[in-house]
Amino acid sequence: MNFWLRIWRQRDAKFRGKLVKYEVRDISPDTSFLEMLDILNENLLRAGEEPVAFDSDCREGICGTCSLTVNGEAHGPDHPGAVCELYMRKFRDGETITIEPFRVGSFPIVKDLVVDRSALDRIVQAGGFISARAGSAPEANSILIPKHDVDLAMEAAACIGCGACAAACPNGSAMLFAAAKVSHLSSLPQGGPERERRVLKMVRAMDAEKFGNCTNTYECEAVCPAKISASFIAKLNREYASAQFRQRLGE
Amino acid sequence: MIGTLDPKIPPGPLDQKWRNHQDHSRLVNPNNRRKLEIIVVGSGLAGGSAAATLGELGYRVKCFCFQDSPRRAHSIAAQGGINAAKNYQNDGDSVYRLFYDTIKGGDFRSREANVYRLAEIANNIIDQCVAQGVPFAREYSGYLANRSFGGAQVSRTFYARGQTGQQLLLGCYQALCRQVASGTVGMFPYTEMLDLVIVNGQAKGIVTRNLRSGKMERHAADAVVLASGGYGNVFYLSTNARGSNVTATYRAYKRGALFANPSFTQIHPTCIPVSGDYQSKLTLMSESLRNDGRVWVPKRKEDRFKAPSEISEGERDYYLERKYPSYGNLAPRDISSRAAKEVCDEGRGVGPGGRGVYLDFADSIKRFGVETIRERYGNLFDVYKKITGEDAYKVPMRIYPAVHYTMGGLWVDYDLMSNVPGLFVIGEANFSDHGANRLGASALMQGLVDGYFVLPNTLPNYLAGQMGKRPSPESPEFEQAEQSVRARLEKLLKVNGTRSADSFHRQLGLLLWDKCGMSRNEQGLREALRKIPELRAEFWRDVRVPGREEDYNQSLERAGRVADFLEFAELMCIDALERDESAGAHFREEHQTSDGEALRDDESHAAVFAWEFQGDGQPPKLYREQLHFETVHLAQRSYK
Repeated sequence: MNFWLRIWRQRDAKFRGKLVKYEVRDISPDTSFLEMLDILNENLLRAGEEPVAFDSDCREGICGTCSLTVNGEAHGPDHPGAVCELYMRKFRDGETITIEPFRVGSFPIVKDLVVDRSALDRIVQAGGFISARAGSAPEANSILIPKHDVDLAMEAAACIGCGACAAACPNGSAMLFAAAKVSHLSSLPQGGPERERRVLKMVRAMDAEKFGNCTNTYECEAVCPAKISASFIAKLNREYASAQFRQRLGE
Repeated sequence: MIGTLDPKIPPGPLDQKWRNHQDHSRLVNPNNRRKLEIIVVGSGLAGGSAAATLGELGYRVKCFCFQDSPRRAHSIAAQGGINAAKNYQNDGDSVYRLFYDTIKGGDFRSREANVYRLAEIANNIIDQCVAQGVPFAREYSGYLANRSFGGAQVSRTFYARGQTGQQLLLGCYQALCRQVASGTVGMFPYTEMLDLVIVNGQAKGIVTRNLRSGKMERHAADAVVLASGGYGNVFYLSTNARGSNVTATYRAYKRGALFANPSFTQIHPTCIPVSGDYQSKLTLMSESLRNDGRVWVPKRKEDRFKAPSEISEGERDYYLERKYPSYGNLAPRDISSRAAKEVCDEGRGVGPGGRGVYLDFADSIKRFGVETIRERYGNLFDVYKKITGEDAYKVPMRIYPAVHYTMGGLWVDYDLMSNVPGLFVIGEANFSDHGANRLGASALMQGLVDGYFVLPNTLPNYLAGQMGKRPSPESPEFEQAEQSVRARLEKLLKVNGTRSADSFHRQLGLLLWDKCGMSRNEQGLREALRKIPELRAEFWRDVRVPGREEDYNQSLERAGRVADFLEFAELMCIDALERDESAGAHFREEHQTSDGEALRDDESHAAVFAWEFQGDGQPPKLYREQLHFETVHLAQRSYK
């Protein structure tokens, strides 16, 4: 298969970027999207041009490193799945494909298609954990957790932290990301003691990073490679409201 | 001349060694801990848990990873589960049995004392992870569930769907985040260690490069912990992440740390087969699938082009069930991989190129229903469909072995300290617990045992004598290390040849897969040892690395790693040649039983081979650590 690619090239955060057109030829339909970019880079290198910088690591959809917007969609057209799980058989021969980085104000561009998502780490640092010092844990089966609760926690915990939710959101909101972590930990009895502190601090951190607010467009859910349900955002809102209420009551 | 090594195993009966050792190890008083700085390279299960725990204890920790966030370390991709001898299933499990299965699974090439400690502490890991909020699978009653894994006849594996590694890593990432917030751990993402700094014979720092800015940095510390993972990517195609590399451990080797058993590399039996030469990685299908999937190929060569549904029950060869009736489809990895290679070599392999075998779920679907199978493995079936375009609920999966894990690594003693004082090595980066073959669901166990419980208890034994000895990063040793790193980067940029680093890497991978892969022989290894230096010379003559040093330069990053792989590959083949026996994953064709199983030579090879760097172009020097088995009886491994 042959393709025309329009790729966002930008030297670094200070320079203006632009879309540059490239051609790739004789691509097997079984090639992954990122392997197609590897082939392009190999060609660029041989031609003496600078290869396109893009992020990827595990290439099996779990590490959350890859972060491309393909034809305007975060992670491309094959949902649910990260862009590393996208295969060229999903495109038409001769098609022109536009490839951009994740576009979110809170994810500054580092170079070409690479963005800085450290804001997500800072949201977790604000409180996305259970404080359980190594050595103090009780016997594992002394904490009984209904299967339904642990399954729900697992659904939320499956988030791969890629940031596609914020990239797809017209408001650049990271609510789905934060909601997944809050829901994971508050669905479990172990997460109980820090439940209120956690949600208040994480929401505050999200605001401090200048992520936008949620207006229920559900774009996040549509592109999420880990199938995180937007209903967790409702849970986040409930958790937040109740924590704030209790805090105001001085409890 | 062959040197010897002292693993410093504590005295006493096997089951009391660790307790006794802790009782008599030196400690660091809480007020002194904040005066001690520790460097941790890597943020996976081993590095992340170590950094978080050392932070909790009050040390000042700097943790480095090349990824953009510690949550992306490759431990995240582990699928199946984590072992522990809780015996929740009442099926006869015990610490001793987990210990014995691990030693036997490793074909009696690991250290008894280390493996026993691993089995002993594994139970605490499950407790710790549950406390952190890891959503392990549960029964309706609310109790924890288990599944079975290869090489064991008990169900001792804890799991979180097919994403156990992800959930365990997020548990320790969150613990790490808590320490970052409290200020005990400084996190250095997108930063790669490029050299180890040794001052007065002790590891006292590292030289790093910030991958985003290209800036070089020096970091001095009181001890250095390497948790940089395995070197499976030396084969180019593996189930490892693209960025996984040997650089940190290889640089330490070049500074005097011994590299142990580098030829022990695990080929995982259940991966999606290679589909073309543009391929950048291989994807694992969890071993847990073998709980419910049956492995087969056609009995007759001619049938290999037929659709699987057209091959009747009687025309199929369920070769694992036939050859290993008591373990069946759950035979250990090395054995299952070789069996797959064998049937494909006979011309009975299926799929393109005949390099594949079927993993068939039809019987399990009939027995449990599609929904149960979907619940157990749904995400793996989805991944399979994305990559191959086939629906494994309807047609059997096609699988083939692929490089997955490396049992070899830097040599460490019982305290997990290398022969270089102050340099500790944990997780996949060390060699210590899996011998010649690792059992499934044991890598996660080892990484976390090392990081949460072993290292935090053995590190003080060294640190107690190190108060006030941290050198300045301006000292000549740091200057020299930085200069050598700089010179190497400049050299890479200056070659200005015609080929990409990747193209050399791919060529190296094919050579190793052929000569030092699932089976090896003297002639092939000698050929590889002739060709690798030629390829390396070609690399330094013709590689093209565009861009600049002080910049975000992914080509330069990769070229540096490939250059190290090109040197390391030689060490691997030297080790494979020296180990003139078959053991676990190291299958020397010259040494096999009449029915084709690995034939060990316990008389002369029940030892760890550890190699010392002697200078570029010089053969490395061999040290041997004799393995003493006081508790287990060395036996021909049988899974029949």
